[in-house]
Amino acid sequence: MLARRIIPCLDVEAGRVVKGVHFQSLRDAGDPVEQAARYDAEGADELVLLDISASPEARTTTLEMVGRVAEAIFIPFTVGGGIRSTADAGAALRAGADKVSVNTAAVREPALVARLAESFGSQCIVAAVDVRRVGGRFSVMVNGGREETALEALDWIRRLEALGAGEILLTSMDRDGTGAGYDLPLIAAAAAAVSIPVIASGGAGGLEHLAEALEAGAHGVLAATIFHFQGSTLPEARAYLRERGYPVRP
Amino acid sequence: MIVVVDYGVNNLRSVVRALGAAGHEATLTTSPDEVRAADHVLVPGVGNFGQGSRTLDASGLGAAVRDAAERGRPVMGICLGLQLFFASSAEAAGARGLGLLPGEVRRFDTALPVPHVGWSQVELTPAGAGHPMLREVFRGEPRFFYHVHSYHPAALPEEQVLGTGTYERPFPTLVGRDNVIGAQFHPEKSQRAGIELLGAFARWRP
Repeated sequence: MLARRIIPCLDVEAGRVVKGVHFQSLRDAGDPVEQAARYDAEGADELVLLDISASPEARTTTLEMVGRVAEAIFIPFTVGGGIRSTADAGAALRAGADKVSVNTAAVREPALVARLAESFGSQCIVAAVDVRRVGGRFSVMVNGGREETALEALDWIRRLEALGAGEILLTSMDRDGTGAGYDLPLIAAAAAAVSIPVIASGGAGGLEHLAEALEAGAHGVLAATIFHFQGSTLPEARAYLRERGYPVRP
Repeated sequence: MIVVVDYGVNNLRSVVRALGAAGHEATLTTSPDEVRAADHVLVPGVGNFGQGSRTLDASGLGAAVRDAAERGRPVMGICLGLQLFFASSAEAAGARGLGLLPGEVRRFDTALPVPHVGWSQVELTPAGAGHPMLREVFRGEPRFFYHVHSYHPAALPEEQVLGTGTYERPFPTLVGRDNVIGAQFHPEKSQRAGIELLGAFARWRP
């Protein structure tokens, strides 16, 4: 039996954990290494670090930070943000990541996903997809949510699976940072569209939202705001889900 | 001394760190002599059986691990390291493993996605429940360990299957005999359960 995963996410900019609303209005949420170690100690199933820095200089700093975070934890570690080539992915993996996440670069050049899967194995490749509802349609957004594409989200994640992605990290921009709950119809449609795991992201504001996302078919739930700012802890989240019959680690 | 055998695969430092978290210092080594001199030998690994087999062979590390096992030293394999304890694998026809365990390495035969990735619950078999190293880690309860693999041990004698995971069907994920043990999963990525398992290995006196 595979446990459903609870995954804290560290959005990192200029060496600090930050968290915004709809990808905007960022506020500080601490030191990445300290936060990572704390989440590991509290029993996170996995950790995701997304570098949301705009500049290449900041990215070099991030690679060094990836190494320090990796040294502080004993769980699978996914790193994303700015990975545009197998060389970028290799550098993140050598720095201590177990998986790499690609988003904008995969949209610009879908063959990158196939090359990454070929080089490192599908289990290493997380395809991150940012989605906004635009006129009743699930639109794929790129470039940190600043740019709308012509892609429809469900078509795109089917394509990502075919290209060799090992899992889908599905973020609702509409819900990001709002605490209003995950976009459940989006999660359910995505989970039905592919056989690889779908990780729900964007909107968790309470523990009940985590349960709703699992019920909708997510294999894991990613959350930042509730763990960074709202005082919910990972042991509480696990206990809450376990009581409701979801297979989570004790 | 605990040595972690460095045969050019990834993820070695995390094994050393996890042993450290369990309170045991370990040394990464590329030296067959150090492997022969060690009290405990750990063979980790991520990657392809054929490549791993060639590297172990060419470096002399494979022969050193076999010597350590034959002289009764506790020897543990992790993931590919464990798979290399078998004589052969479906992943690389013709490539030779160390032959420390009977049986073979097979690919998952399932409609579920392969590789099998994630925190999978591991239950001890009756043989595992009686194993001194495993008994103290499991304390009668199943535990979750992080798995990432397409191939797994198979066709072992029943008493050498110590723990099973389930992915559509049960598969051996903790195996061993005498002073040899192996985990198909990654204890170094399995948080407290994994640190406890590595600590138990470091204290194991078979």
